[in-house]
Amino acid sequence: MSDITLDRTTFVGSPPPPVAQRARSVVPGFGLTLGLTLLWLSLVVLIPLAALFLKTAELSPDRIFAILTAPRTLNALKISFGLSLAAASINLVLGGIIVWVLVRYDFPGRRVLDALIDIPFALPTAVAGIALTTLYAENGWIGALLAPLGVKVAFTPLGILIALIFIGLPFVVRTVQPVLEDLDHDLEEAAATLGAGRWTTVRRVIAPAVLPAFLTGFALAFARAVGEYGSVIFIAGNLPNVSEIAPLLIVIRLEEFRYADATAIAATMLVASFLLLFVVNGLQRWSRSRTGRLA
Amino acid sequence: MSFPFKPVAKAALFAAFVAALAAPIALAPAARAADVTLLNVSYDPTRELYAQFNKLFAARYKADTGKSVEIKTSHGGSGKQARSVIDGLDADVVTLALAYDIDAIADRGFLAQDWQKRLPDNASPYTSTIVFLVRKGNPKGIKDWDDLAKPGVQVITPNPKTSGGARWNYLAAWAYALKTYGSEEKAKEFVGELYRHVPVLDTGARGSTVTFTERGVGDVLLAWENEAFLSKKEFGDDRFDIVVPSLSILAEPPVAVVDKNVARKGTGEAAEAYLKLLYSKEGQKLAAENFYRPRDPDVAKDYEKVFPKVDLVTIDDPAFGGWRKAQQTHFADGGVFDQIYSN
Repeated sequence: MSDITLDRTTFVGSPPPPVAQRARSVVPGFGLTLGLTLLWLSLVVLIPLAALFLKTAELSPDRIFAILTAPRTLNALKISFGLSLAAASINLVLGGIIVWVLVRYDFPGRRVLDALIDIPFALPTAVAGIALTTLYAENGWIGALLAPLGVKVAFTPLGILIALIFIGLPFVVRTVQPVLEDLDHDLEEAAATLGAGRWTTVRRVIAPAVLPAFLTGFALAFARAVGEYGSVIFIAGNLPNVSEIAPLLIVIRLEEFRYADATAIAATMLVASFLLLFVVNGLQRWSRSRTGRLA
Repeated sequence: MSFPFKPVAKAALFAAFVAALAAPIALAPAARAADVTLLNVSYDPTRELYAQFNKLFAARYKADTGKSVEIKTSHGGSGKQARSVIDGLDADVVTLALAYDIDAIADRGFLAQDWQKRLPDNASPYTSTIVFLVRKGNPKGIKDWDDLAKPGVQVITPNPKTSGGARWNYLAAWAYALKTYGSEEKAKEFVGELYRHVPVLDTGARGSTVTFTERGVGDVLLAWENEAFLSKKEFGDDRFDIVVPSLSILAEPPVAVVDKNVARKGTGEAAEAYLKLLYSKEGQKLAAENFYRPRDPDVAKDYEKVFPKVDLVTIDDPAFGGWRKAQQTHFADGGVFDQIYSN
């Protein structure tokens, strides 16, 4: 996300003004906007998060440890994080190809395809879940074709993966698209005139420029998949230890009126997601510093 | 497997299913057109019953008091609905799937602990039981609980942790196994084996019905009797058969006024009247029309052809010892149900 602010500041010109010099900024309003930002972030993000951790703190450390190491919790976390990583990785590759085709080639129907990408954003997740389940159930259009091959999709972890791919796709495409569009053709031509082969151009010129955007897209798709509930519960089968995602386990704990247990799992997911996103952010920074680019 | 279906019925069931998810959120406060507004927070399969009953009550109430009344109903998994009320959903009356969920609300001070004694028949104006819904012609030859654990049989039932109906399913299986095999150890084995035959564990009763009827998954659906009748009615007699096991459980979905909420809203008298009407001849008839077993002996006699005779155990049977004990033994953390899935 920091890349956006960097873009803005480069717009204004010269290096970003250090905080101490803010009084001399050419644009007014720093105090007011920062105040609003803090207030709004507190109301919308920080206070609910604090409540989550406070509720978890009602439990003794032993109890938290017992909850988190229960096989069912571990399995649910494994399923949620494992499948989310897998789905985000698949989206990274296939989303990358899609975005390349959309940006670099002109063909009839391109704008329609482009618009289709946003559907997973717009569709209520429950609708997506029901639609996917209908298609992939053994009596559905696709499920009926796969059944003779012995492939079961709906009500298995494979079904969860498909739902997570579906909801994550636009994140990769929409993050990489503007960066790729802005990438100057001149650079590639310059590379060619300097004698670089086509692969070298892809590897040394294009890849370093779009890599940070790909990482952001991956991180967003992953974060969304970890928290996804609506579309998954329809297609998952929801068997404990097999196809029960962590968000469902949280809901089940709530329905047993065990709020603190639910928040313990939720807080764990949050911390784990945060750490993973932190790593991705670090990778981004690393790839940027290595190439010296502000993608 | 593919079956002929009626598009209308299919669409209706889908709509109901989606509505089930949206209902608790969609209850925005409406314009105050009526003199009294009541909110009935109910469980999954009572949609059709209360849609009709609300009309009946509105007419009766207008005739008796001259006041107009608007009744809203919210449906969802029984446990989830109880939690919504605990978290502040302004229910005047709750009509849930099992007493334990209302106990949970009472435990937080919303109504008196002895709520179940305030109305006749354990505060359950209608009852139901658990039956099997099988594919037409019963291709797997399922006749009783034993057959569910046979090789190659797939059973559809929701997760008892989240679904009230599923708890009745589970307890009915337990009661049968206890009686047939004679020991708790054996009963645990049988129920464990039964759940190993479950390929999809939905979170609510309607979800399971959709999995079985729409997706064509499984050979037998453990269902509320009223839900089984409803599926047959919706999809036509040519797709499913109902099989009544030798022994089942007397499911008593209880009703109660939420004291704390009605005191604040001043709706106590209307809420009382609403629940009382469920016990009247008219209310009982409506329940029977919607495939709930009526309590009133006269009405029950009129409908005795509809409801097959079954050997029914109750939750207060020594085998269970009431809801609180049953909940503790079977469905609490580390209870028998968790043990089934922990190895």
